[in-house]
Amino acid sequence: MNAREIRQMFPILDQEVNGRPLVYLDSSATSQKPVPVIEALDKYYREYNSNVHRGVHTLGTRATDGYEGAREKVRKFINAKSTEEVIFTRGTTTSINTVAASYGRVNLSEGDEIVISYMEHHSNIIPWQQVAKQTGATLKYLPLQEDGTISLEDVRETVTADTKIVSIMQVSNVLGVMNPIKEIAKIAHENGAIMVVDGAQSAPHMKIDVQDLDCDFLAFSGHKMCGPTGIGVLYGKKKHLEKMEPVEFGGEMIDFVGLYESTWKELPWKFEGGTPIIAGAIGLGAAIDFLEQIGLDKIEAYEHKLAAYAMEKMSAIDGMTIYGPKDASKRAGLVTFNIDDVHPHDVATVLDAEGIAVRAGHHCAQPLMKWLKVSATARASFYLYNTEEDIDKLVSGLVKTKEYFSDVF
Amino acid sequence: MSSKNLDTLYRQVIMDHYKNPRNKGVLEDDSLTINMNNPTCGDRIQLTLKLEDGKVADAKFEGEGCSISMSSASMMTQAIKGKNIEEALKLSKVFSDMMLGKEYDEDDLDLGDIEALQGVSQFPARIKCATLAWKAMEKGVSTEKEEQE
Repeated sequence: MNAREIRQMFPILDQEVNGRPLVYLDSSATSQKPVPVIEALDKYYREYNSNVHRGVHTLGTRATDGYEGAREKVRKFINAKSTEEVIFTRGTTTSINTVAASYGRVNLSEGDEIVISYMEHHSNIIPWQQVAKQTGATLKYLPLQEDGTISLEDVRETVTADTKIVSIMQVSNVLGVMNPIKEIAKIAHENGAIMVVDGAQSAPHMKIDVQDLDCDFLAFSGHKMCGPTGIGVLYGKKKHLEKMEPVEFGGEMIDFVGLYESTWKELPWKFEGGTPIIAGAIGLGAAIDFLEQIGLDKIEAYEHKLAAYAMEKMSAIDGMTIYGPKDASKRAGLVTFNIDDVHPHDVATVLDAEGIAVRAGHHCAQPLMKWLKVSATARASFYLYNTEEDIDKLVSGLVKTKEYFSDVF
Repeated sequence: MSSKNLDTLYRQVIMDHYKNPRNKGVLEDDSLTINMNNPTCGDRIQLTLKLEDGKVADAKFEGEGCSISMSSASMMTQAIKGKNIEEALKLSKVFSDMMLGKEYDEDDLDLGDIEALQGVSQFPARIKCATLAWKAMEKGVSTEKEEQE
Protein backbone atom coordinates (compact mmCIF):
# COMPACT_ATOMS: atom_id res chain seq x y z
CA MET A 1 0.00 0.00 0.00
CA ASN A 2 1.43 3.35 -1.01
CA ALA A 3 0.05 6.03 1.30
CA ARG A 4 1.79 8.81 -0.58
CA GLU A 5 -0.01 7.89 -3.79
CA ILE A 6 -3.31 7.40 -1.99
CA ARG A 7 -2.92 10.81 -0.41
CA GLN A 8 -2.92 12.40 -3.87
CA MET A 9 -6.50 11.25 -4.28
CA PHE A 10 -7.67 13.42 -1.40
CA PRO A 11 -7.69 17.00 -2.72
CA ILE A 12 -8.49 18.54 0.68
CA LEU A 13 -5.16 17.37 2.10
CA ASP A 14 -3.28 19.51 -0.38
CA GLN A 15 -3.65 22.84 1.41
CA GLU A 16 -2.04 25.04 4.00
CA VAL A 17 -3.65 25.73 7.35
CA ASN A 18 -2.25 28.64 9.36
CA GLY A 19 0.61 28.87 6.91
CA ARG A 20 1.62 25.21 7.33
CA PRO A 21 0.84 22.16 5.19
CA LEU A 22 -2.26 20.50 6.66
CA VAL A 23 -1.64 17.39 8.77
CA TYR A 24 -5.07 15.84 9.25
CA LEU A 25 -5.16 13.54 12.28
CA ASP A 26 -8.86 13.56 13.06
CA SER A 27 -10.21 10.77 10.87
CA SER A 28 -11.95 9.04 13.77
CA ALA A 29 -14.23 12.08 13.89
CA THR A 30 -14.68 12.12 10.13
CA SER A 31 -12.53 10.92 7.27
CA GLN A 32 -11.63 12.94 4.21
CA LYS A 33 -13.10 12.10 0.80
CA PRO A 34 -11.22 10.79 -2.23
CA VAL A 35 -11.82 12.02 -5.78
CA PRO A 36 -13.92 8.98 -6.85
CA VAL A 37 -16.43 9.69 -4.06
CA ILE A 38 -16.61 13.41 -4.82
CA GLU A 39 -17.05 12.57 -8.52
CA ALA A 40 -19.78 10.02 -7.85
CA LEU A 41 -21.79 12.67 -5.98
CA ASP A 42 -21.13 15.24 -8.70
CA LYS A 43 -22.15 12.82 -11.44
CA TYR A 44 -25.34 11.86 -9.65
CA TYR A 45 -26.46 15.46 -9.26
CA ARG A 46 -25.38 16.48 -12.76
CA GLU A 47 -26.64 13.47 -14.68
CA TYR A 48 -29.28 11.35 -12.98
CA ASN A 49 -30.70 13.01 -9.89
CA SER A 50 -34.22 11.68 -9.54
CA ASN A 51 -36.43 10.06 -6.95
CA VAL A 52 -36.22 6.28 -6.58
CA HIS A 53 -38.68 3.39 -6.65
CA ARG A 54 -41.40 5.40 -8.33
CA GLY A 55 -42.40 6.65 -11.73
CA VAL A 56 -41.34 5.11 -14.97
CA HIS A 57 -38.98 7.66 -16.43
CA THR A 58 -35.41 6.89 -17.35
CA LEU A 59 -33.70 9.07 -14.74
CA GLY A 60 -35.81 7.45 -12.03
CA THR A 61 -34.60 4.05 -13.15
CA ARG A 62 -30.98 5.15 -13.20
CA ALA A 63 -31.25 6.65 -9.71
CA THR A 64 -32.94 3.48 -8.42
CA ASP A 65 -30.20 1.34 -9.97
CA GLY A 66 -27.56 3.54 -8.36
CA TYR A 67 -29.23 3.43 -4.96
CA GLU A 68 -29.95 -0.28 -4.95
CA GLY A 69 -26.55 -0.98 -6.49
CA ALA A 70 -25.00 0.72 -3.47
CA ARG A 71 -27.00 -1.57 -1.20
CA GLU A 72 -25.53 -4.61 -2.93
CA LYS A 73 -22.04 -3.13 -2.47
CA VAL A 74 -22.70 -2.75 1.25
CA ARG A 75 -24.04 -6.32 1.42
CA LYS A 76 -20.83 -7.66 -0.10
CA PHE A 77 -18.69 -5.33 2.03
CA ILE A 78 -20.01 -6.85 5.28
CA ASN A 79 -20.89 -10.26 3.81
CA ALA A 80 -24.59 -10.11 4.68
CA LYS A 81 -26.70 -12.96 3.33
CA SER A 82 -29.06 -10.71 1.43
CA THR A 83 -29.75 -7.05 0.63
CA GLU A 84 -32.94 -7.44 2.65
CA GLU A 85 -30.68 -7.21 5.67
CA VAL A 86 -29.09 -3.90 4.68
CA ILE A 87 -30.97 -0.74 5.69
CA PHE A 88 -29.75 2.72 4.83
CA THR A 89 -29.93 5.19 7.71
CA ARG A 90 -28.53 8.59 8.55
CA GLY A 91 -25.59 7.07 10.43
CA THR A 92 -24.54 4.90 13.36
CA THR A 93 -26.63 6.89 15.83
CA THR A 94 -29.83 6.43 13.84
CA SER A 95 -29.03 2.76 13.30
CA ILE A 96 -28.63 2.02 17.02
CA ASN A 97 -31.68 4.11 17.87
CA THR A 98 -33.71 2.05 15.40
CA VAL A 99 -32.69 -1.19 17.10
CA ALA A 100 -33.40 0.22 20.56
CA ALA A 101 -36.74 1.75 19.59
CA SER A 102 -38.02 -1.10 17.45
CA TYR A 103 -36.44 -4.31 18.73
CA GLY A 104 -35.80 -3.05 22.26
CA ARG A 105 -39.22 -1.69 23.10
CA VAL A 106 -40.97 -4.90 22.05
CA ASN A 107 -38.54 -7.44 23.42
CA LEU A 108 -37.62 -5.89 26.77
CA SER A 109 -39.61 -5.83 29.97
CA GLU A 110 -39.01 -5.45 33.68
CA GLY A 111 -36.32 -7.75 34.96
CA ASP A 112 -34.56 -7.95 31.59
CA GLU A 113 -31.02 -6.67 31.17
CA ILE A 114 -29.14 -4.73 28.52
CA VAL A 115 -25.36 -5.05 28.71
CA ILE A 116 -23.02 -2.39 27.34
CA SER A 117 -19.48 -1.38 28.38
CA TYR A 118 -17.77 1.60 29.99
CA MET A 119 -15.98 2.42 26.75
CA GLU A 120 -19.11 3.01 24.65
CA HIS A 121 -19.73 6.14 22.62
CA HIS A 122 -22.79 8.13 23.70
CA SER A 123 -24.62 6.80 20.65
CA ASN A 124 -24.39 3.31 22.12
CA ILE A 125 -25.36 4.41 25.63
CA ILE A 126 -28.25 6.84 25.50
CA PRO A 127 -30.60 4.83 23.22
CA TRP A 128 -30.29 1.99 25.77
CA GLN A 129 -30.78 4.30 28.75
CA GLN A 130 -33.97 5.51 27.13
CA VAL A 131 -35.34 2.10 26.26
CA ALA A 132 -34.44 0.85 29.74
CA LYS A 133 -36.52 3.66 31.25
CA GLN A 134 -39.42 2.94 28.93
CA THR A 135 -39.50 -0.81 29.51
CA GLY A 136 -38.23 -1.15 33.07
CA ALA A 137 -35.21 -3.14 31.90
CA THR A 138 -31.86 -2.74 33.69
CA LEU A 139 -28.80 -1.29 31.98
CA LYS A 140 -25.57 -3.03 33.04
CA TYR A 141 -21.99 -1.97 32.32
CA LEU A 142 -19.16 -4.34 31.55
CA PRO A 143 -16.09 -3.31 33.54
CA LEU A 144 -12.77 -2.70 31.80
CA GLN A 145 -9.34 -4.12 32.52
CA GLU A 146 -6.51 -1.86 33.63
CA ASP A 147 -5.39 -1.33 30.03
CA GLY A 148 -8.92 -0.59 28.84
CA THR A 149 -9.63 -3.98 27.26
CA ILE A 150 -12.66 -6.16 27.92
CA SER A 151 -12.05 -9.59 29.41
CA LEU A 152 -14.25 -12.49 28.38
CA GLU A 153 -14.32 -13.56 32.03
CA ASP A 154 -16.12 -10.32 32.83
CA VAL A 155 -18.47 -10.84 29.89
CA ARG A 156 -19.37 -14.30 31.20
CA GLU A 157 -20.03 -12.85 34.63
CA THR A 158 -22.05 -9.84 33.50
CA VAL A 159 -24.20 -11.48 30.83
CA THR A 160 -26.88 -13.63 32.46
CA ALA A 161 -30.00 -15.54 31.50
CA ASP A 162 -31.90 -12.26 32.04
CA THR A 163 -29.79 -10.43 29.47
CA LYS A 164 -31.71 -9.77 26.27
CA ILE A 165 -29.36 -7.39 24.47
CA VAL A 166 -25.57 -7.01 24.46
CA SER A 167 -24.34 -3.94 22.59
CA ILE A 168 -20.61 -3.28 22.24
CA MET A 169 -18.39 -1.20 19.99
CA GLN A 170 -15.98 -3.18 17.83
CA VAL A 171 -13.21 -0.57 18.06
CA SER A 172 -13.02 2.14 20.73
CA ASN A 173 -12.82 5.72 19.46
CA VAL A 174 -10.78 6.65 22.53
CA LEU A 175 -8.75 3.64 23.65
CA GLY A 176 -8.17 2.18 20.20
CA VAL A 177 -9.07 -1.17 21.75
CA MET A 178 -10.35 -3.87 19.38
CA ASN A 179 -13.00 -5.91 21.15
CA PRO A 180 -13.44 -9.69 20.67
CA ILE A 181 -16.91 -9.33 19.15
CA LYS A 182 -17.16 -12.88 17.87
CA GLU A 183 -16.48 -14.32 21.32
CA ILE A 184 -18.78 -11.83 23.05
CA ALA A 185 -21.55 -12.66 20.55
CA LYS A 186 -21.13 -16.34 21.38
CA ILE A 187 -21.57 -15.69 25.09
CA ALA A 188 -24.57 -13.45 24.39
CA HIS A 189 -26.21 -16.17 22.29
CA GLU A 190 -25.52 -18.88 24.88
CA ASN A 191 -27.53 -16.73 27.29
CA GLY A 192 -30.34 -16.15 24.82
CA ALA A 193 -29.40 -12.51 24.17
CA ILE A 194 -28.81 -10.77 20.85
CA MET A 195 -25.55 -9.07 19.90
CA VAL A 196 -25.54 -5.49 18.61
CA VAL A 197 -22.26 -4.14 17.25
CA ASP A 198 -21.32 -0.46 16.96
CA GLY A 199 -19.04 -0.60 13.94
CA ALA A 200 -18.48 3.15 13.52
CA GLN A 201 -14.74 2.84 14.18
CA SER A 202 -14.19 -0.62 12.72
CA ALA A 203 -15.99 -0.61 9.35
CA PRO A 204 -13.63 2.04 7.89
CA HIS A 205 -10.50 0.19 8.95
CA MET A 206 -10.94 -3.58 8.82
CA LYS A 207 -12.75 -6.36 7.03
CA ILE A 208 -16.08 -7.12 8.69
CA ASP A 209 -17.94 -10.36 8.11
CA VAL A 210 -21.30 -10.27 9.87
CA GLN A 211 -21.87 -13.99 9.31
CA ASP A 212 -18.53 -14.89 10.81
CA LEU A 213 -19.06 -12.52 13.77
CA ASP A 214 -22.58 -13.90 14.04
CA CYS A 215 -23.84 -10.53 15.24
CA ASP A 216 -27.56 -9.80 15.15
CA PHE A 217 -27.18 -6.12 14.28
CA LEU A 218 -24.32 -3.95 13.04
CA ALA A 219 -24.36 -0.15 12.80
CA PHE A 220 -21.89 2.07 10.97
CA SER A 221 -21.51 5.46 9.26
CA GLY A 222 -20.44 6.38 5.74
CA HIS A 223 -18.57 9.56 6.57
CA LYS A 224 -15.89 7.84 8.64
CA MET A 225 -15.04 5.53 5.73
CA CYS A 226 -14.40 8.04 2.92
CA GLY A 227 -18.12 8.40 2.15
CA PRO A 228 -20.42 11.41 2.50
CA THR A 229 -22.03 12.59 5.74
CA GLY A 230 -25.68 11.73 6.32
CA ILE A 231 -25.53 8.10 5.21
CA GLY A 232 -25.10 5.06 7.40
CA VAL A 233 -26.07 1.43 7.57
CA LEU A 234 -28.04 -0.81 9.83
CA TYR A 235 -27.44 -4.48 9.19
CA GLY A 236 -29.83 -6.87 10.89
CA LYS A 237 -30.50 -10.58 10.66
CA LYS A 238 -33.60 -11.13 8.58
CA LYS A 239 -35.30 -13.15 11.30
CA HIS A 240 -35.26 -10.07 13.56
CA LEU A 241 -35.99 -7.42 10.96
CA GLU A 242 -39.02 -9.32 9.69
CA LYS A 243 -40.66 -9.16 13.10
CA MET A 244 -39.72 -5.56 13.82
CA GLU A 245 -41.99 -2.57 13.27
CA PRO A 246 -40.71 0.49 11.42
CA VAL A 247 -39.89 3.54 13.54
CA GLU A 248 -40.65 6.10 10.83
CA PHE A 249 -43.84 6.14 8.83
CA GLY A 250 -44.73 7.92 5.62
CA GLY A 251 -43.94 7.70 1.95
CA GLU A 252 -41.62 5.09 0.45
CA MET A 253 -42.10 2.49 3.20
CA ILE A 254 -45.73 1.56 2.53
CA ASP A 255 -47.40 -1.25 0.64
CA PHE A 256 -51.04 -0.26 0.87
CA VAL A 257 -52.51 2.80 2.58
CA GLY A 258 -56.11 2.82 3.73
CA LEU A 259 -57.95 5.47 5.65
CA TYR A 260 -57.27 3.92 9.04
CA GLU A 261 -54.83 1.10 8.42
CA SER A 262 -51.76 0.65 6.26
CA THR A 263 -49.35 -2.13 5.46
CA TRP A 264 -45.59 -1.94 4.98
CA LYS A 265 -43.33 -2.75 2.12
CA GLU A 266 -41.10 -5.79 2.43
CA LEU A 267 -37.52 -5.62 3.74
CA PRO A 268 -35.44 -3.52 3.68
CA TRP A 269 -37.68 -0.68 2.52
CA LYS A 270 -40.14 -0.77 5.40
CA PHE A 271 -37.40 0.87 7.48
CA GLU A 272 -36.68 3.60 4.93
CA GLY A 273 -39.57 6.05 5.26
CA GLY A 274 -39.44 9.18 3.08
CA THR A 275 -37.24 9.92 0.09
CA PRO A 276 -34.08 8.01 0.91
CA ILE A 277 -30.51 9.33 1.07
CA ILE A 278 -29.90 8.59 -2.59
CA ALA A 279 -26.75 10.62 -3.23
CA GLY A 280 -25.33 9.54 0.11
CA ALA A 281 -25.83 5.86 -0.68
CA ILE A 282 -24.26 6.26 -4.11
CA GLY A 283 -21.32 8.09 -2.52
CA LEU A 284 -20.96 5.34 0.07
CA GLY A 285 -20.94 2.78 -2.74
CA ALA A 286 -18.07 4.66 -4.39
CA ALA A 287 -16.22 4.78 -1.05
CA ILE A 288 -16.60 1.01 -0.66
CA ASP A 289 -15.23 0.47 -4.18
CA PHE A 290 -12.31 2.73 -3.33
CA LEU A 291 -11.48 0.95 -0.06
CA GLU A 292 -11.88 -2.52 -1.54
CA GLN A 293 -9.64 -1.69 -4.44
CA ILE A 294 -6.88 -0.94 -1.95
CA GLY A 295 -7.91 -3.81 0.31
CA LEU A 296 -9.25 -3.60 3.87
CA ASP A 297 -6.61 -6.06 5.07
CA LYS A 298 -3.85 -3.84 3.74
CA ILE A 299 -5.44 -0.74 5.25
CA GLU A 300 -5.69 -2.43 8.64
CA ALA A 301 -2.10 -3.64 8.55
CA TYR A 302 -0.86 -0.21 7.48
CA GLU A 303 -2.73 1.53 10.28
CA HIS A 304 -1.32 -0.89 12.86
CA LYS A 305 2.11 0.07 11.63
CA LEU A 306 1.30 3.78 11.96
CA ALA A 307 -0.12 3.25 15.45
CA ALA A 308 3.00 1.35 16.54
CA TYR A 309 5.21 4.09 15.15
CA ALA A 310 3.15 6.81 16.86
CA MET A 311 3.12 4.94 20.19
CA GLU A 312 6.88 4.57 20.09
CA LYS A 313 7.60 8.20 19.21
CA MET A 314 4.95 9.74 21.43
CA SER A 315 5.76 7.74 24.55
CA ALA A 316 9.33 9.02 24.31
CA ILE A 317 8.04 12.53 25.09
CA ASP A 318 8.47 13.43 28.74
CA GLY A 319 5.20 13.93 30.64
CA MET A 320 3.11 12.07 28.07
CA THR A 321 0.23 9.82 29.17
CA ILE A 322 -1.21 7.49 26.53
CA TYR A 323 -4.56 5.84 27.25
CA GLY A 324 -5.46 2.28 26.29
CA PRO A 325 -3.26 -0.75 25.68
CA LYS A 326 0.50 -0.13 25.52
CA ASP A 327 0.83 -3.06 23.16
CA ALA A 328 0.36 -1.53 19.70
CA SER A 329 -0.77 -4.86 18.23
CA LYS A 330 -3.83 -4.64 20.48
CA ARG A 331 -4.95 -1.30 19.12
CA ALA A 332 -6.36 0.36 16.04
CA GLY A 333 -4.92 3.45 14.37
CA LEU A 334 -5.46 6.12 16.97
CA VAL A 335 -3.65 7.43 20.03
CA THR A 336 -5.45 9.26 22.84
CA PHE A 337 -3.17 11.16 25.18
CA ASN A 338 -2.53 13.98 27.61
CA ILE A 339 0.57 16.03 28.32
CA ASP A 340 1.29 16.93 31.95
CA ASP A 341 0.19 20.43 32.91
CA VAL A 342 -1.23 21.31 29.49
CA HIS A 343 -4.98 21.03 28.95
CA PRO A 344 -5.93 19.10 25.77
CA HIS A 345 -7.73 22.15 24.33
CA ASP A 346 -4.54 24.09 24.64
CA VAL A 347 -2.62 21.22 23.04
CA ALA A 348 -5.08 21.24 20.13
CA THR A 349 -4.85 25.02 19.71
CA VAL A 350 -1.05 25.03 19.63
CA LEU A 351 -1.01 22.10 17.18
CA ASP A 352 -3.58 23.87 15.00
CA ALA A 353 -1.24 26.84 14.74
CA GLU A 354 1.17 24.30 13.24
CA GLY A 355 -1.41 23.09 10.73
CA ILE A 356 -2.02 19.87 12.68
CA ALA A 357 -5.66 18.87 13.27
CA VAL A 358 -6.33 16.70 16.34
CA ARG A 359 -9.41 16.23 18.48
CA ALA A 360 -9.64 17.46 22.06
CA GLY A 361 -12.50 16.88 24.47
CA HIS A 362 -14.48 13.99 25.86
CA HIS A 363 -14.94 12.24 22.48
CA CYS A 364 -18.63 11.60 23.16
CA ALA A 365 -17.61 9.09 25.81
CA GLN A 366 -18.21 10.75 29.18
CA PRO A 367 -18.58 7.48 31.16
CA LEU A 368 -15.20 6.39 29.78
CA MET A 369 -13.64 9.75 30.70
CA LYS A 370 -14.90 9.16 34.23
CA TRP A 371 -13.36 5.70 34.23
CA LEU A 372 -10.06 7.18 33.02
CA LYS A 373 -10.44 9.88 35.72
CA VAL A 374 -9.90 12.73 33.27
CA SER A 375 -12.25 15.45 32.07
CA ALA A 376 -10.82 15.58 28.58
CA THR A 377 -8.07 14.14 26.40
CA ALA A 378 -6.44 14.84 23.05
CA ARG A 379 -6.56 12.30 20.23
CA ALA A 380 -4.62 11.77 17.03
CA SER A 381 -6.30 9.32 14.67
CA PHE A 382 -4.90 7.91 11.46
CA TYR A 383 -6.25 6.68 8.16
CA LEU A 384 -4.91 5.29 4.92
CA TYR A 385 -3.72 8.72 3.71
CA ASN A 386 -1.55 9.44 6.75
CA THR A 387 2.18 8.80 6.73
CA GLU A 388 5.00 8.46 9.24
CA GLU A 389 5.94 11.98 8.25
CA ASP A 390 2.58 13.20 9.62
CA ILE A 391 3.40 11.49 12.91
CA ASP A 392 6.86 13.07 12.96
CA LYS A 393 5.21 16.47 12.57
CA LEU A 394 2.79 15.65 15.36
CA VAL A 395 5.62 14.64 17.66
CA SER A 396 7.61 17.78 16.99
CA GLY A 397 4.40 19.81 17.43
CA LEU A 398 3.88 18.15 20.81
CA VAL A 399 7.44 18.88 21.89
CA LYS A 400 6.92 22.53 20.89
CA THR A 401 3.62 22.60 22.78
CA LYS A 402 5.41 21.50 25.93
CA GLU A 403 8.16 24.04 25.42
CA TYR A 404 5.67 26.79 24.69
CA PHE A 405 3.73 26.18 27.86
CA SER A 406 6.79 25.92 30.05
CA ASP A 407 7.99 29.24 28.55
CA VAL A 408 4.81 31.17 29.17
CA PHE A 409 4.60 29.99 32.74
CA MET B 1 6.42 27.84 15.42
CA SER B 2 3.92 30.51 14.48
CA SER B 3 4.17 31.74 18.04
CA LYS B 4 3.32 35.31 17.17
CA ASN B 5 -0.20 34.20 16.52
CA LEU B 6 -0.33 32.10 19.68
CA ASP B 7 1.07 34.88 21.83
CA THR B 8 -2.04 36.95 21.17
CA LEU B 9 -4.00 34.11 22.79
CA TYR B 10 -1.74 32.94 25.58
CA ARG B 11 -0.84 36.24 27.21
CA GLN B 12 1.31 36.17 30.32
CA VAL B 13 -1.49 37.49 32.50
CA ILE B 14 -3.80 34.68 31.32
CA MET B 15 -1.23 32.08 32.22
CA ASP B 16 -0.81 33.74 35.59
CA HIS B 17 -4.53 33.46 36.32
CA TYR B 18 -4.50 29.86 35.08
CA LYS B 19 -1.64 28.89 37.36
CA ASN B 20 -2.65 31.04 40.31
CA PRO B 21 -6.41 31.31 40.09
CA ARG B 22 -8.02 34.06 42.16
CA ASN B 23 -11.17 33.33 44.15
CA LYS B 24 -10.88 29.58 43.79
CA GLY B 25 -13.20 27.68 46.09
CA VAL B 26 -16.79 27.49 47.22
CA LEU B 27 -18.74 30.08 49.22
CA GLU B 28 -20.86 28.69 52.02
CA ASP B 29 -23.95 30.15 53.72
CA ASP B 30 -26.78 31.64 51.70
CA SER B 31 -24.76 31.85 48.57
CA LEU B 32 -26.11 31.29 45.11
CA THR B 33 -24.70 28.25 43.30
CA ILE B 34 -24.58 27.99 39.52
CA ASN B 35 -23.28 24.90 37.77
CA MET B 36 -22.53 25.12 34.10
CA ASN B 37 -20.68 22.96 31.65
CA ASN B 38 -19.64 23.04 28.08
CA PRO B 39 -21.13 19.82 26.72
CA THR B 40 -18.99 19.77 23.60
CA CYS B 41 -15.66 19.77 25.40
CA GLY B 42 -16.26 18.75 29.02
CA ASP B 43 -15.27 22.00 30.71
CA ARG B 44 -17.28 22.67 33.84
CA ILE B 45 -17.61 25.42 36.38
CA GLN B 46 -19.30 25.79 39.73
CA LEU B 47 -19.76 29.43 40.58
CA THR B 48 -20.91 30.57 44.02
CA LEU B 49 -22.08 34.16 44.44
CA LYS B 50 -22.98 36.13 47.51
CA LEU B 51 -25.36 38.91 46.56
CA GLU B 52 -26.14 41.61 49.12
CA ASP B 53 -28.12 44.81 48.62
CA GLY B 54 -27.97 44.51 44.85
CA LYS B 55 -24.20 44.01 44.94
CA VAL B 56 -21.86 41.10 44.37
CA ALA B 57 -20.41 40.86 47.84
CA ASP B 58 -18.30 37.81 47.07
CA ALA B 59 -17.67 35.30 44.29
CA LYS B 60 -15.76 32.03 44.07
CA PHE B 61 -15.38 29.33 41.46
CA GLU B 62 -14.42 25.69 41.17
CA GLY B 63 -14.05 23.81 37.94
CA GLU B 64 -12.09 21.91 35.38
CA GLY B 65 -11.04 23.13 32.01
CA CYS B 66 -8.44 24.65 29.75
CA SER B 67 -6.26 27.67 30.42
CA ILE B 68 -8.73 29.99 28.70
CA SER B 69 -11.85 28.86 30.56
CA MET B 70 -10.19 28.76 33.96
CA SER B 71 -8.32 32.06 33.64
CA SER B 72 -11.49 33.71 32.37
CA ALA B 73 -13.35 32.44 35.44
CA SER B 74 -10.62 33.76 37.70
CA MET B 75 -10.66 37.18 36.02
CA MET B 76 -14.43 37.32 36.01
CA THR B 77 -14.76 36.73 39.75
CA GLN B 78 -12.11 39.35 40.36
CA ALA B 79 -13.88 41.86 38.14
CA ILE B 80 -17.40 41.52 39.50
CA LYS B 81 -16.59 41.52 43.20
CA GLY B 82 -17.93 44.70 44.76
CA LYS B 83 -19.82 45.71 41.61
CA ASN B 84 -23.57 46.11 41.66
CA ILE B 85 -25.63 43.72 39.55
CA GLU B 86 -26.21 46.25 36.76
CA GLU B 87 -22.48 46.84 36.44
CA ALA B 88 -21.72 43.12 36.47
CA LEU B 89 -24.17 42.54 33.63
CA LYS B 90 -22.79 45.49 31.73
CA LEU B 91 -19.31 44.05 32.12
CA SER B 92 -20.59 40.77 30.77
CA LYS B 93 -22.00 42.53 27.71
CA VAL B 94 -18.67 44.26 27.13
CA PHE B 95 -16.93 40.91 27.42
CA SER B 96 -19.31 39.26 24.99
CA ASP B 97 -18.75 42.05 22.45
CA MET B 98 -15.01 41.69 22.95
CA MET B 99 -15.25 37.96 22.17
CA LEU B 100 -17.25 38.64 19.03
CA GLY B 101 -14.59 41.07 17.89
CA LYS B 102 -17.06 43.95 18.07
CA GLU B 103 -16.29 47.45 19.21
CA TYR B 104 -17.05 47.57 22.88
CA ASP B 105 -18.04 50.44 25.05
CA GLU B 106 -15.94 50.52 28.19
CA ASP B 107 -17.64 53.60 29.58
CA ASP B 108 -16.18 54.02 33.01
CA LEU B 109 -15.85 50.30 33.65
CA ASP B 110 -12.54 49.05 34.87
CA LEU B 111 -11.75 46.05 32.68
CA GLY B 112 -8.50 45.30 34.45
CA ASP B 113 -7.01 41.94 33.49
CA ILE B 114 -9.97 41.01 31.32
CA GLU B 115 -8.58 42.90 28.38
CA ALA B 116 -5.87 40.27 28.11
CA LEU B 117 -8.52 37.87 26.80
CA GLN B 118 -9.14 40.05 23.76
CA GLY B 119 -6.96 37.79 21.62
CA VAL B 120 -9.40 34.89 22.09
CA SER B 121 -11.69 36.53 19.52
CA GLN B 122 -9.16 35.51 16.88
CA PHE B 123 -9.56 31.85 17.83
CA PRO B 124 -13.25 31.12 17.13
CA ALA B 125 -13.01 27.57 18.47
CA ARG B 126 -11.96 28.89 21.88
CA ILE B 127 -14.55 31.64 22.42
CA LYS B 128 -16.94 29.29 24.20
CA CYS B 129 -14.14 28.44 26.64
CA ALA B 130 -13.78 32.10 27.59
CA THR B 131 -17.51 32.78 27.93
CA LEU B 132 -18.43 29.81 30.16
CA ALA B 133 -17.84 31.57 33.49
CA TRP B 134 -19.55 34.74 32.30
CA LYS B 135 -22.64 32.82 31.24
CA ALA B 136 -22.76 31.22 34.68
CA MET B 137 -22.53 34.66 36.31
CA GLU B 138 -25.25 36.08 34.06
CA LYS B 139 -27.52 33.18 34.88
CA GLY B 140 -26.91 33.64 38.61
CA VAL B 141 -27.48 37.35 38.85
CA SER B 142 -30.46 37.29 36.48
CA THR B 143 -32.37 34.75 38.58
CA GLU B 144 -31.62 36.87 41.63
CA LYS B 145 -32.75 40.00 39.78
CA GLU B 146 -36.00 38.35 38.69
CA GLU B 147 -36.74 37.30 42.23
CA GLN B 148 -36.29 40.85 43.44
CA GLU B 149 -38.51 42.34 40.73
